[in-house]
Amino acid sequence: MLRRTAALFASAFALAGVLVGTAALAPAMAQEPKRGGILRMYQRDNPPSASIHEGATFSVNAPFMGLYNNLVMYDHAKELDSFDTIIPELATKWAWGDGGKSLTFTLQPGVKWHDGKPFTAADVKCTFDLVQGKKEDKLRTNPRRSLYDNVLDVVPNGDHEVTLKLGRPQPSLLNLLASGYTPMYPCHVNAAGMRTRPIGTGPFKLAEFKQNEMIRLTRNTEYWKPGRPYLDGVEMPIITNRSTAMLAFISGKLDLTFPTEVTQQVLRDLRTQAPKAICHMGPVNVSTNLIVNRDKPPFDNADLRRAMALSLDRKAFNTIIAEGEASVGGTMLPQPQGVWGMPKEMLESIAGYGPDIAANRAEARKLMEKHGYGPGKRLAVKISTRNIAAYRDPAVILIDHLKEIYIDGELEIVETGVWFGKVARKDYAVGLNLTGNSVDDPDQSFFENYSCKSERNVTGYCNPELEKMFEAQSMETDLEKRKRMVWEIDRQLQEDVARPIILHNHSGTCWHPEVVGFRMANNASYNRYRFEDVWLNR
Amino acid sequence: MGAYLVRRFGLMLLTLFGISVIIFTLLRIVPGNIVDILFDSAGMVDPAEKQRIARELGLDLSLPQQYVAWISGILRGDLGYSYVSEKPALEEIAPRIPITAKLAVLALVFSVLIGVPLGVISAVRQNTLTDYALRVLSLSGLSLPSFWLGLLVLMAFVSWFDTLPIYSDRITGFWAQLALFSVPAAAVGFRSSALVMRLTRSSMLEVLRQDYIRTARAKGATRQSVNYRHALRNALLPVVTVIGIEAAFLIGGLIVTETVFNIPGVARFLVEAIRARDYPIVQNLVMLIAVVVVVVNFVVDMLYAVLDPRIKYGG
Repeated sequence: MLRRTAALFASAFALAGVLVGTAALAPAMAQEPKRGGILRMYQRDNPPSASIHEGATFSVNAPFMGLYNNLVMYDHAKELDSFDTIIPELATKWAWGDGGKSLTFTLQPGVKWHDGKPFTAADVKCTFDLVQGKKEDKLRTNPRRSLYDNVLDVVPNGDHEVTLKLGRPQPSLLNLLASGYTPMYPCHVNAAGMRTRPIGTGPFKLAEFKQNEMIRLTRNTEYWKPGRPYLDGVEMPIITNRSTAMLAFISGKLDLTFPTEVTQQVLRDLRTQAPKAICHMGPVNVSTNLIVNRDKPPFDNADLRRAMALSLDRKAFNTIIAEGEASVGGTMLPQPQGVWGMPKEMLESIAGYGPDIAANRAEARKLMEKHGYGPGKRLAVKISTRNIAAYRDPAVILIDHLKEIYIDGELEIVETGVWFGKVARKDYAVGLNLTGNSVDDPDQSFFENYSCKSERNVTGYCNPELEKMFEAQSMETDLEKRKRMVWEIDRQLQEDVARPIILHNHSGTCWHPEVVGFRMANNASYNRYRFEDVWLNR
Repeated sequence: MGAYLVRRFGLMLLTLFGISVIIFTLLRIVPGNIVDILFDSAGMVDPAEKQRIARELGLDLSLPQQYVAWISGILRGDLGYSYVSEKPALEEIAPRIPITAKLAVLALVFSVLIGVPLGVISAVRQNTLTDYALRVLSLSGLSLPSFWLGLLVLMAFVSWFDTLPIYSDRITGFWAQLALFSVPAAAVGFRSSALVMRLTRSSMLEVLRQDYIRTARAKGATRQSVNYRHALRNALLPVVTVIGIEAAFLIGGLIVTETVFNIPGVARFLVEAIRARDYPIVQNLVMLIAVVVVVVNFVVDMLYAVLDPRIKYGG
């Protein structure tokens, strides 16, 4: 009862916060947008290149998304990035055909690349060929190739129509295409050129990209969307030190922080030092999770894996790391922000999610004892994690929790440069990992992290029967029916201890009130950086 | 003198060769290379793809082949290509050198202009309130980490002046740039000035007790003349040595200062390049720093002869 009341109050406060923020924004929003001005946002690190298709971090999306357009995009004015908020961009309309196995886009006429050449259906084909590795010219890295495995062919029908032929119906394809990770590339610029001198159709052109120093975008005066962009440009000094960046924001040298870089602790400082700043704090669709190598004895034993899942006290993780502001859920982002998250009752019925931690741990100890472990015979294991605070801190808490069930963990810190290679080779026993999702969509999450053949399935979990359900949900067009299928899959993944999700992290973005028309999504952090609707009320 | 110079020059080349081998080897010992990092961040493990990129970057060659390619490139003036930006390494490094040079020179000037006079004052007013205050100041300079001091300075600027003295490439002109660099230079030079101050003080105290100083005073030389003409010049020898060494150590302080003040200089760039295992950038930058250190040491050795006529080289 107490919990429910607290949740009610929390929701009420959150709603009040949103209302206050909206009320504060209302006068500016009601005004006629002003033209001109340079938006200043810091860039948190040096992006490896300007080619979004080669990036696997929004350190590439955020600075460069304004250079490009997608076929479709999420409406930046809406709260969530979901099916309901997909709007046309380079495609004016789309239609499913062939029983859901073809998707035809009608393209916007008169669109030009930054170098003046016309955008046509051939460019759409080139983009897919490049991402699918079908062209001789290869991307240096191609992190999302597997997302488009279902696209068998891309067929241009003249200059302004293109059809995607699919292996099976996949309604989620539209979600993937709306992501900030899916811009259209020109046929006439090679992959290397797109890394250093990118050409897009977007509202801004690249003016300057000085490594480790500055990224400057300038207004595309020939932009095909009438009246856009409002800004003359975007200036992004690369500031790697977060303290310096936040001081620059407080002093007014910056208009906008780098997305999701504001932690709860930093937010407290900003509230006092820049009280007028507008801040969005919410889920970023990045989960902290426990990874267990199920090929490595003794963790090939399902009882031990289950015992580890039962030892987790998610509330303690949340309190210590996120001051209680993170969310607890399964694989999919929890409700209310997440579209696909399991209902609370269902979640709490899963082993390890129930509120009685003592009972969970008692059950875990019984499982351990069944296999000969106990106070006199403890299991020693290395807990591997990446050498980044966001990984290290929860890993330390995990070690503490595992102690309760006769497991003595020793922290093994792994440098970033070798972390993924190590876990992909399964050269670890137990690890603490973070998993990010560019869109709130089951296809991306399930196929990428739990499919038997996925490179990113680092725990070796493989359940062919469940994988059939992945495909079934992917083909389902009835949203409510699909949700129930997704919940069932998610429940099964948690019961199987495939990759126990500990927390879904929350973090924030702040901007000064002069910045109008910018809004972060509440369920994703990769898609809102076109900046074409943003204007400065100075 | 000529023979000495030739010998010193030969030794300098030998030192640089040794450094080149060490840095080349150390970089390859560190786990992970640029391909690992690229693939790691993209979540890819396909060995064939990895091999293709490694081949593209010349990482499939044997280590001796890679070393020879690098050194022969340097001799031809070709520093190779940055793996990250895919631009010539020289194009990436060259614009950053003047930025760091300005900061380093200003920091050194700050440390000498502050450290030497305060060291002298502290010595000639030994065991007075001024001496105690200056000693506390110098101790704090040695104890405060430069990242903390830098952040403190930035916070003070935001709180008191509502501005932030961080780098901007839009600031041009001598005086504007001097103002831009003076704050970070003071932050990084504070530690060196403290060291110089303490050393000047102890060196001065030692010299002030010498017989020839007593003689100078007995002959009626003024206090100013004794302190600055007779004592300081002789006390400066160890100070100059330390300043030379500090010039080398400064690069360590600059890494932090350039990060905190967001200055796109060589030192910060080096750290980023190491993180990305951008071998051409790291190797060439470390060699550049090594050349600077070796040359500074050589200049310091030559300065000994200027300061103390009794010192002769090659005789």
